[in-house]
Amino acid sequence: MLRLRDLTCGYGRSAVVHGVSLDVGADEVVAVVGHNGAGKTTLLRAVVGLIPAMSGTVEFDGQDVTRRPTNKRVKAGMAYVPQGQQCFAHLTAGENLRLVADGRKRGKALVDEQLDLFPALRGLLGRQAGLLSGGQRQQLAIARALVTEPRLLILDEPTEGIQPNVVAEIEATVTALASRGGLSVLLVEQHLGFALQAADRYCVLRSGRTASTGATGTGAATRVREAMAI
Amino acid sequence: MDLLVGQLLTGLSTGSILLLAALGLSLTFGQMGVVNMAHGEFIMAGCYTAYVVQQVVGDAGVSLLIALPIGFLVGGAMGLVLEALLLRRLYHRPLDTLLVTFGVGLVLQQAARDVFGAPAVNVSVPEALRGGVDLLGTTVPRTRLFIMALAVLAVTAVALVLRFTPAGRRIRAVTGNRDLAETAGISSRRVDAATFFIGSGLAGVAGVALTLIGSTSPTTGQSYLVDAFLVVVAGGLGRIKGAVVAAVALGALQAVFETYSTASLAKVGVFVVIVVFLQLRPQGLFTLRTRSLA
Repeated sequence: MLRLRDLTCGYGRSAVVHGVSLDVGADEVVAVVGHNGAGKTTLLRAVVGLIPAMSGTVEFDGQDVTRRPTNKRVKAGMAYVPQGQQCFAHLTAGENLRLVADGRKRGKALVDEQLDLFPALRGLLGRQAGLLSGGQRQQLAIARALVTEPRLLILDEPTEGIQPNVVAEIEATVTALASRGGLSVLLVEQHLGFALQAADRYCVLRSGRTASTGATGTGAATRVREAMAI
Repeated sequence: MDLLVGQLLTGLSTGSILLLAALGLSLTFGQMGVVNMAHGEFIMAGCYTAYVVQQVVGDAGVSLLIALPIGFLVGGAMGLVLEALLLRRLYHRPLDTLLVTFGVGLVLQQAARDVFGAPAVNVSVPEALRGGVDLLGTTVPRTRLFIMALAVLAVTAVALVLRFTPAGRRIRAVTGNRDLAETAGISSRRVDAATFFIGSGLAGVAGVALTLIGSTSPTTGQSYLVDAFLVVVAGGLGRIKGAVVAAVALGALQAVFETYSTASLAKVGVFVVIVVFLQLRPQGLFTLRTRSLA
């Protein structure tokens, strides 16, 4: 599904991620973990095309998309939920969803499906998105990404800065999405317990380089902590 | 009292003209952040469009009705070319944009001089718009009332497009958060081009309307550019509602100052008020309320 080879990327001339290779298979969940500043978000931004790759390749569904603009990667089946509960603050919650549904044959049905997934959003559709709480905005951000009918969902710290009761809800939703089939997930998450429970495999980044990779399961938490040098 | 009412009505009409000139700028500068110094020349292009159409059609009324949509297309096409050839490479570089569009403006002025000559040309006002209408004890020229109506129509059309159409949602999304819009599958390049087309097209419409109240020369648009920027900045960047209020307020302020002084002193007074206002409220009249820091 997603294949990164020797990907180096960063900002301006400064590389933040150095030669990272990573695969995400069909229906697979891969968690990328690491300390703050390890290059996790930079890696995801390069995968989705928001920053250019300095070298290396990004392949999606067997096609080299390294030079494709972000909107074309999204049309090809990638969806990205950025860090920080980002939404179109001056649009209503409903407009945030309709914006993505516009022009899609199943647009209305897709919006309804996401509202079934996040019922709390139903009563907030007319409210300006910038006035929603952090948890509501994060649910809106995930719902908006899912309206694009992705085959790869890229989540950047979906539980960061959100009140604990909503965190549990978002974790349950991500786990349910990952297990329903037809969707691969590339997950960046600080909360190790959730990341390792939701993922099939992990990749530890340290100073922009791959420090460890492997399958989740027995002993994975210890290996990850060692790789992170906690 | 009658004098003041009369001046206020004049102010409202001046505000309408400012609003027409600033509406397009509110999209291209307010929403996209592009300091387009050639916006005035797009207005001038609208003026000359009205002139050329009238030369071809003859009848002043019919030619005005034809010139309005053609003015929109001419202004829009010029904006589209400018965006595609130059500005696309200069987003996020406001100073470079300012210099480049200033240069483009000079080139367009010279081109107008070469084609139409340096002396000002006049466009005949349709019979139906000649004379005035008595309103609140004062006579308001019909041309000014027409411009007010056109400004209301243009603002309503822009507001409806932005608020209720998919294209409007895409424009608001890209101007709100470009990267996020890309991740929603929106081509920000296409939206930029469409926004510039609409914004510049509105300048063309403004130009056509301005031929009803004055003559047209290669520098016609320039005289409206500073006022148009003032309207957008004082109204709050990208806020159509702000542009409406600011345009009417500036027009009224200018008219009231003129009641007690000269036109030049009134202009100075307006500038002083705006400088003080922006010191107190740099974000302009209307801003976006949000809980997020992002």
